[in-house]
Amino acid sequence: MLEISVEKRLGSFGFAAEAALPASGVLALFGRSGAGKTTLVNMLAGLLSPDAGRIAIAGRALFDSAAGIDLPPERRRIGYVFQEGRLFPHLSVRTNLLYGHRRIPAEERAIKLPEIVELLGIGHLLGRRPANLSGGEKQRVAIGRALLSNPRLLLLDEPLAALDAARKAEILPFIERLRDEIGLPIVYVSHDPAEVLRLADNILLLDQGRVAAEGPVSEVFSRSELQQLVGAEEAGAVLTATVADHDEAYGLSRLTFGEDGSLIVPRIGAAIGSTIRLRIRARDVSLARRKPVEISVLNNLPARIVALHPANGPYCDVEMLSAGAPLWARITARSAEELRLSVGEEIYALVKAVSVDRLSLSTRASVSFRSGD
Amino acid sequence: MDWLLQQPTDAEWQAITLSLRVALVSVVTSLPLGVLVAWLLARQSFPGKSLFEGVVHMPLVVPPVVVGYGLLLLFGRRGPAGAWLYDHFGITLIFTWKGAALAAAVMGFPLMVQAIRLSIEAVDRRLEAAARTLGAGPLGVFFTVTVPLTLPGILVGSVLAFARSLGEFGATIVFVGNIPGETRTIPIAIYTLTQQPDGDLPALRLSIIALLLALAALIASEALARRIHARIRG
Repeated sequence: MLEISVEKRLGSFGFAAEAALPASGVLALFGRSGAGKTTLVNMLAGLLSPDAGRIAIAGRALFDSAAGIDLPPERRRIGYVFQEGRLFPHLSVRTNLLYGHRRIPAEERAIKLPEIVELLGIGHLLGRRPANLSGGEKQRVAIGRALLSNPRLLLLDEPLAALDAARKAEILPFIERLRDEIGLPIVYVSHDPAEVLRLADNILLLDQGRVAAEGPVSEVFSRSELQQLVGAEEAGAVLTATVADHDEAYGLSRLTFGEDGSLIVPRIGAAIGSTIRLRIRARDVSLARRKPVEISVLNNLPARIVALHPANGPYCDVEMLSAGAPLWARITARSAEELRLSVGEEIYALVKAVSVDRLSLSTRASVSFRSGD
Repeated sequence: MDWLLQQPTDAEWQAITLSLRVALVSVVTSLPLGVLVAWLLARQSFPGKSLFEGVVHMPLVVPPVVVGYGLLLLFGRRGPAGAWLYDHFGITLIFTWKGAALAAAVMGFPLMVQAIRLSIEAVDRRLEAAARTLGAGPLGVFFTVTVPLTLPGILVGSVLAFARSLGEFGATIVFVGNIPGETRTIPIAIYTLTQQPDGDLPALRLSIIALLLALAALIASEALARRIHARIRG
């Protein structure tokens, strides 16, 4: 378990967080800029001391104001990958990589240079200086450097924020490999919902220096009061589904979710019975009063309206339950009025697109496609 | 022009080698303290810091003769520091080249500290934080991150102090006098020559030599600085 219970005042910014989350897999620290994400990871790493409270990993206290414990960063064994890499400019890539490695007892060096070089594909960079690396290369070396110090927890503070889309795409698979191959608990700081959904198991959502929500990603992301924190483009529902069968003739797969819900999507490369995580964005869902007939959309899910949330601009977010699973639709306020939608009504949700964000377990591929049109 | 191109005389050689030795020893021995003081001023806050800073910079503003006289009072055979050094280590500074090195070190110290301090202040502290998370303690961070990144400033400070040492006159002549082969450095030798009836041309020769030495030190430091920058910037 990762236990956090801290208070910190920084000028006019007050930070107070309390959470207990599994110290395994990927924990996303999510929130807008200024929500306190970096403040919290700095406290985990020991670079910032809380005014009061306690931080413990697997029962081992790193900070405990009551017991007078405040381990210095060098004794916490927490790897930290910073937004800007922070490679040592006067050292070669190889010496950078080995900086922390050389400072731990030889018998604790479970992760070694050759495997990191291979995992991150940085063999050709070893002799270079950081100044001669691209942004993506720098981040890979920074990740390698943190891993080689054989940490018990890895902090990634928006490691992709300074990179363009192409470089992001270059690094993400490496982070997925860390999660899947090394099995090191990771705290991943991000303000990008797509990254969080792709990588994280659990999420700690921060807002203005407070914990707004915590728990498994699929639960937290679908909760109504959090939609505005996620951002209009990405708002929607996350559901866990099971691959029921494949229709080889048409190249389709059928997924089941919730109590008796089912979805048809283009054939996916997962075995029957495997569990996958789906994301259905609100803007990809339309609504119909009656069951649509003669329509190309394959997925028309019966749903019940749980709540109507006026959104920014001309929109209205409709929160529904379909087969017991959360579902969101973003329609115009005008449509909501013309359809005379109200809470408790049965309706049909037309799902135009489904993203398979993470194929759990063995595979690392992430696919996104239009469904049914 | 023959007088200008002649081999240096024994007396000139004496002054040149003595000056170089005094300057080198003063820089090398004061450098560790210079780095420490620069680090204290750049990174630490403590009560009395302004006063401490003032004392460090004193030699820049006080007449050198006064500094020399102060050294005489402190490090003379009967001075508190001088007596202690003699009783415990048998070291005499007054009227010796070691005393000349001390005088040069004191006079060059503020220049050295200022250059190193600016360089330490320019070190990205986030790199030091990164080193801590990788398992390096404060001292380890200092020697593996702070000092290497401060090298350009350490070099500049050393060269400034070295050049200042070569030119040191006032504090030296008051503290250690004018003894050929022991404390008669180039500036003191030039002064001595100008006091003699036919010393004008020899004084000019030594002045030109002093100029060339200073120039050589600057050129060497430039070349070294380029190499250090190449190492740091990659």
